[in-house]
Amino acid sequence: MALAINISTEHKNLTQTPLLKIWVPWSGGNLNRRRGSSVPQFCNSPTMIVMVGLPARGKTYISKKLTRYLNWIGVPTKMFNVGQYRREAVKIYKNFEFFKPDNEEVFDATNTTRERRAIIVSFAMEMGYKVFFVESICDDPEIIAENIRQVKFGSPDYADRDIDEAMEDFTQRIDCYRASYMPIDDEKDRKLSYIKIFDVGSRYLVNRVQDHIQSRIVYYLMNIHVTPRSIYLSRHGESELNLLGRIGGDTGLSPRGKKYASALATFIKGQKIIDLKVWTSHMKRTVQTAEALGVQYEQWKALNEIDAGVCEELTYEEIQENFPEEFALRDQDKYRYRYPKGESYEDLVHRLEPVIMELERQENVLVICHQAVMRCLLAYFLDKPADELPYLRCPLHTVLKLTPIAYGCKVESFFLNIEAVNTHRERPLNVNITRNPEEALQTVPDHI
Amino acid sequence: MKHRSTSEQHHGKKPRVPAAAAATSTSPQDGMEDKAATNPRELTQNPLKKIWMPYKNGLPEKHICQRKVCMTNCPTLIVTVGLPARGKTYISKKLTRYLNWIGVPTREFNVGQYRREFVKIYKSFEFFRPDNEEGLKIRRKCASAALNDVREYLTEDGGQVAVFDATNTTRERRETILEFAEQNGFKVFFVESVCEDPDVIQENIVQVKLDSPDYTNCNTEEAVEDFMKRIKCYENSYETLDEILDRDLSYIKIMDVGQRYLVNRVLDHIQSRIVYYLMNIHITPRSIYLCRHGESELNVKGRIGGDSGLTIRGKEFAKKLSHFIQEQNISDLKVWTSQMKRTIQTAEALNVPYEQWKVLNEIDAGVCEELMYEEIQRNYPLEFALRDQDKYRYRYPKGESYEDLVQRLEPVIMELERQENVLVICHQAVLRCLLAYFLDKTAEELPYLKCPLHTVLKLTPVAYGCKVESISLNVDAVNTHRERPANVDVSRMSEEALLTVPSHQ
Repeated sequence: MALAINISTEHKNLTQTPLLKIWVPWSGGNLNRRRGSSVPQFCNSPTMIVMVGLPARGKTYISKKLTRYLNWIGVPTKMFNVGQYRREAVKIYKNFEFFKPDNEEVFDATNTTRERRAIIVSFAMEMGYKVFFVESICDDPEIIAENIRQVKFGSPDYADRDIDEAMEDFTQRIDCYRASYMPIDDEKDRKLSYIKIFDVGSRYLVNRVQDHIQSRIVYYLMNIHVTPRSIYLSRHGESELNLLGRIGGDTGLSPRGKKYASALATFIKGQKIIDLKVWTSHMKRTVQTAEALGVQYEQWKALNEIDAGVCEELTYEEIQENFPEEFALRDQDKYRYRYPKGESYEDLVHRLEPVIMELERQENVLVICHQAVMRCLLAYFLDKPADELPYLRCPLHTVLKLTPIAYGCKVESFFLNIEAVNTHRERPLNVNITRNPEEALQTVPDHI
Repeated sequence: MKHRSTSEQHHGKKPRVPAAAAATSTSPQDGMEDKAATNPRELTQNPLKKIWMPYKNGLPEKHICQRKVCMTNCPTLIVTVGLPARGKTYISKKLTRYLNWIGVPTREFNVGQYRREFVKIYKSFEFFRPDNEEGLKIRRKCASAALNDVREYLTEDGGQVAVFDATNTTRERRETILEFAEQNGFKVFFVESVCEDPDVIQENIVQVKLDSPDYTNCNTEEAVEDFMKRIKCYENSYETLDEILDRDLSYIKIMDVGQRYLVNRVLDHIQSRIVYYLMNIHITPRSIYLCRHGESELNVKGRIGGDSGLTIRGKEFAKKLSHFIQEQNISDLKVWTSQMKRTIQTAEALNVPYEQWKVLNEIDAGVCEELMYEEIQRNYPLEFALRDQDKYRYRYPKGESYEDLVQRLEPVIMELERQENVLVICHQAVLRCLLAYFLDKTAEELPYLKCPLHTVLKLTPVAYGCKVESISLNVDAVNTHRERPANVDVSRMSEEALLTVPSHQ
């Protein structure tokens, strides 16, 4: 690797990008030529994830969940669902259930034959894509029946049918595929990269994981489960700094905050949850809230509120006064904006990934956390994109109960009837650096 | 959380919140009958780790739980399975090192070791013949002795995971282990290594068996021949983990050095982490280069943390680093830096693409950011003493501890395992954590590992461990290593505290 040293690079100064606070070489404003990437290099070439398996084996469930997860961690992913293709075209990007439109019947839509898969692999090679197959194998009739009931009957195909008739019809459809179904063969297909999931995750076969993103996908798939459960998300009770309109810090609960903690205890008891795990951050206000529950809880540092760096414990008015440019930049791109010596929502997501992974593994969990953290977690469960995430409403003294259902998540919101200050600041109209203070402070919620 | 730049620095803490508002009140709850809820316990912040914990009568209560990796109450017994020379000991040692590094007390128990202690001199493969009654008796005895030590480790010595490293190739032997585990309330996770590639097996034998105490008096050919016969002794009775017969067991079967894995019934978090780790490691030869950024402006001033640029000497180092890397003629080198100016400036001199990782940022010294040790002693003498008492667990106020750093760096380690040739340009505390992982250093040693500026550490995996070469690039730099002083008591005098501070401007 013999590279000549370019003398001019020695004198190249570094400058810190104002939004992301990333150091880059200053070469007259052309950021495109910089060598340092600040985005994790998950994959160099696009990856196609191809689902394999008979109908009602959870392929769409897995696809949607995987797509949601990958997008949340910052890997642009799109799902291309065969069922929908018959009705509308969907754009292919990096992740899809492949269906090649020819005059063959929908039979092959589930990629159940070796020929079909060979076509996919050569298509991918032409395009320079990597291929990773995910096969779901299940012979438990109860699981299959439940799958059919949960998701197929919402499908437009069965809108007007009687349930038993639809079940019968669907079972027959499965049988049609079964005749030509060729599972991925461990001998013949040993050059392919794939994971086989048996019986909803009690067993896995993993072959030839090629790169980081495939390794992450395998890890994720091995941690998810379908056991019914609920996840409860709540912020700490109202804190002293909340009342004063100050962000961050590490204060205790206000009197109303303490009332909320008791109310939360009552609420949780009323829910009669089996084997509930309770998680808090390391910050006093969440720990205090959990203490009122009278049960064991785990403290996670990863659940700490977003670090506002130099803006810690300031009011928005003070931020506007002392750091008006920062304040404007934040309104311009709240997801990627990093506080000086602090974090961005993007950093938060990265920090929270192990929490999400463990939430997937667990069953009933109550997470007592903070506004920005809760927004990130909620965005994961409700599949909210990066630009919506920082504006999700997560008011104090409100518990969100998330219950996985079909392909998504049911949300129930419980306000526990203890008044609290509003901490939600909407994006103001004027996000320009030149704006005046009133415009910047227009959407600041009231405080003492 | 970084607080303020030096120019705005307060000396001594000034609360921003008026004292009255910060006081916790114990006003009675209205109308709540629930006993647990009426008396939430008072919280105090533990001075070392800065963890909020409930206390009663001035003493911390036990009810609190900090997130640890191994949250199960059940200890775990990992059992290797496989013919000789399949990498079982390699996997056992590596896994043990990884688990200990992430904070799960783990120990490996190699039955072969027990056998060597029992049968002082190894004669030949005949010992392992399936019809050798005497040999079988001894081997069974050794397995029992090892299991006994496992029991002691997991029930009395605070161990969380024990790795039982032996061939365990028969279902009968595995049954015995399962019974033992059930009696003692241990969870069992099998790790089987299956490999038929003769090249791999040959390489294993050359790399680790030839240096074994068993073969000190043999030449290479003799040793290889004997070992091959030894393997044959196991082959006929080998019962691999079976998808049907063993479907209720928890295990991972690693095939062909990681081309393929079969994973069955992962029961809990720690097993899931173990599987993930095992699926990411490889044995392709490669080297990992670790170094710090070039000397920085704050380094020469004796100040910690911050985000300053390189000094002239630091830039000199960056240039020399570039030469060095070129001379090493490394194929496909990945270069990683933190997101701090000084590591990026260093990487820039290499003229190659590099990746910035925020998690490689230096330890956050919180309120002590950009202070000199003398200033920390003056303003936070208690904190300074606590840090010397337990440098690994000590967390800076509004900052981090080494323990936090390790948790933060885990994805870096995982990715380093996946990668091949990598150069990591990072920081003192970060480098100590990474080095501790590769060289299997304890938590007590970790914060005092010597990682001087302008020195590259080249790590090359070899046999069961890691070869380290330390290459100084011959550019002078300030010393930033502060040894643990003799007196770590909070009552010590300033001079005693500052005894080991390295000189600076």
